[in-house]
Amino acid sequence: MKKTIISAFVAISTLITTVGMSFGDLLVPVMTYRVGPFAANGTQNANGFVDYLTMLNERDGGIGGVKIKVEECETGYKAEKGVECYESYRGKNPLVHTPNSTGITLQILAKAPEDKTPILTMGYGLSAAAKGETFPWAFNYPTSYFSQMTSILKYIDSQTGLKDQKIGFIFLESGYGREPIPVLEQLAPKFGFEYFLLPVAGKDAQNQSSHWLTVRKEKPDWMIMWGWGVMNPTAVKAAIKSRYPLDRFVGNWWSAGDVDLGPIGEAGKGYKGATFNATGTDFPAVQDVIKHVVSKGLTKTGSEGPGTVLYNRAMWNAALIAEAIKTAQDITGKKEITGEDMRIGLENFVLDEARLKELGFAGMVAPIVGSCKDHEGAGAAFIQQWDGSKWVKITDAIDPMKDIAQEMLTKAAAQYASNNAGWTTQTCN
Amino acid sequence: MYFRETGQFKSKYKEELAAFPIFEDKIGIAIAALLAFVLIPIFGLPGLSWDFTMSAVMIPVVIFTITTLGLNILLGFAGQISLGTAAFMGVGAYSCYKIMTIFPDLNALICVVLSGVVTAFVGTIFGLPSLRIKGFYLMVATLAAQFFLEWAFIRIPWLYNYNISGAIEVPYKEMFGIVLTGAKSEPLTRYFVCLGFLVVLTWLASNVIRGRIGRSWMMIRDMDIAAELIGVRPLTAKLSAFAFSSFYIGISGALMVFFWLGAAEVESFDINHSFTYLFMVIIGGLGSITGCYFGAILVWVVPVILKEYGKSVFGIDAFVMENFTTILLGVVMVVILIVEPHGLARIWQIAKQKLRLWPFPY
Repeated sequence: MKKTIISAFVAISTLITTVGMSFGDLLVPVMTYRVGPFAANGTQNANGFVDYLTMLNERDGGIGGVKIKVEECETGYKAEKGVECYESYRGKNPLVHTPNSTGITLQILAKAPEDKTPILTMGYGLSAAAKGETFPWAFNYPTSYFSQMTSILKYIDSQTGLKDQKIGFIFLESGYGREPIPVLEQLAPKFGFEYFLLPVAGKDAQNQSSHWLTVRKEKPDWMIMWGWGVMNPTAVKAAIKSRYPLDRFVGNWWSAGDVDLGPIGEAGKGYKGATFNATGTDFPAVQDVIKHVVSKGLTKTGSEGPGTVLYNRAMWNAALIAEAIKTAQDITGKKEITGEDMRIGLENFVLDEARLKELGFAGMVAPIVGSCKDHEGAGAAFIQQWDGSKWVKITDAIDPMKDIAQEMLTKAAAQYASNNAGWTTQTCN
Repeated sequence: MYFRETGQFKSKYKEELAAFPIFEDKIGIAIAALLAFVLIPIFGLPGLSWDFTMSAVMIPVVIFTITTLGLNILLGFAGQISLGTAAFMGVGAYSCYKIMTIFPDLNALICVVLSGVVTAFVGTIFGLPSLRIKGFYLMVATLAAQFFLEWAFIRIPWLYNYNISGAIEVPYKEMFGIVLTGAKSEPLTRYFVCLGFLVVLTWLASNVIRGRIGRSWMMIRDMDIAAELIGVRPLTAKLSAFAFSSFYIGISGALMVFFWLGAAEVESFDINHSFTYLFMVIIGGLGSITGCYFGAILVWVVPVILKEYGKSVFGIDAFVMENFTTILLGVVMVVILIVEPHGLARIWQIAKQKLRLWPFPY
């Protein structure tokens, strides 16, 4: 009896260890959140990312003949789950981390140089990571929060002029929401506008009545939002209720998704948002995902997923990673690359118009080229507007105020390095 | 049969009062110590990678055991209910950060202890209402502490050195050439630091509770008027309970950020975390030190391990496992509290009683 139990235990534990370790694939980990208050947005993000890489497996048999293994880890957008997820990937040769949360990015940022695995935070994370010389292991292509804020301010400037305008900034009270405040601080005296802050704590995301009372009292000319999850539709609904003109309300790219405005529908007409990717299913890459993944039932999304803002953006995120993997394979000559090779790939990929066309992303996103110095890329954003049922692009790409943004990014990067003695940097030529 | 104390005679008063008077208990403790100090650090847990075992299972569970000890002292031994645990952990973390940045040459371990002292001070201040109110009213007062401190962590930028991200980052620290904190530190080092704190703090707690102060806490808990009549001063008893408990909670908060998470925002100290720690205490068993260990292990380790097994062995989606473990934990809690309202510690005691008689119960 005893012997049977022992041998059964041994058998089970060997089974567990062997199943747990399967090398030979390109492991692309992704931290997602399909549960919790941010699940509506997180699910779309996760689906787009996973589906694109599944499509590459189905259509091309992986990248360079090696299959991609996507491993999801559920964080619920909670920072301490991030550590758990990060550790669960360790030792399995993860190529690049996609934390999908600024809070988690801050936690694992310091570990990246030690574990030799780069972090790509597409359009989120620490803005200062744009400085490749200070942050060799962190990337935030195609643009940072600092740059985005200057793009939005430029848009406002083109509409009403910034001088003597009063801007209300409503944001999720977390590392993510606070990121762009220094930009407002710096630019307000320069352009002569006024601003006030409306921090929304995570637990108050669905209860913003006091914030919008302040808006009524202050009567801002423009409102800018850095929201996420359930906070977005709540804010737009509250704006409608307090009769705030929606065409003066601009969300950042995480506050302007179909999941946010869909439930509001016609009433949300006029609300604007920044973005760096177009919506719709007209792009060959999206068509391929629909053909090879969605219609074959290999996805967790329904047919409504592809074409939406967040889904397309997550696809773009995955495509950038795939391109970096391919670049790394080409440069190193290895098929099965490591995190260190991946870092080289992320600094050297070239996604120009021609390559974007090949990949089926032409017209959906702006071209971008990897670089050692600039881990942020071109950095343009454009404004889209909700027409009651879908997002419509209303401006061309608005370049950020590069000089201002770059100066602030350099300062922020230097501050991070000085706060963390012994920080690993690199020199680019 | 396996657990029999027949023939174990105590000939001295000291033996009678030993922490583990029964021989079998000593074996049990030795096995637990062997597991925690040698076997798990060397081999890890079956089916989990070693790094994951250390950084996602063992380090946090050791830290949460310290938190649970602290809360149990207040709730289980002194009978003062508190919902501000997570915020007090935040006080520990932020004060540790401030101490480390103001005195960059100070040893990291001393910083941790000092942050416990700061938290004890803050805890005592928020414990003052306990002199006038108790029960639900006190709960509301500590809830106020939770909200106030959360507010302070966001709105007082001095606390996080005016960092743009509003998060506290862990500076690099070493002792005798071994890296203690920061990204370069080994999980093993961090684990043993936390475990060392846990052992010392458990030893301290068990002795304080058996002593005069601990007895005065229990008297206050059982009947405060009677305690006052026989000479226990509620002022010192209650405030010392708050101070002592906050000291533990502050240390665990500092350990949590500096030896586990690596950076923290205020959301790591929100009210939901306070509830989790409260669950750990209640599931483990109020007024029991062993219970703190059981509670922390059940509430933290079981879901983490289940999730990892579900993913790697059965290939279940991560988010399904997340929902499943949440449901399972809820069900287990309710079942345990129906079966034994005094928690796992009491179940363990009953099991021990049964084992003594087995296989000839009467």
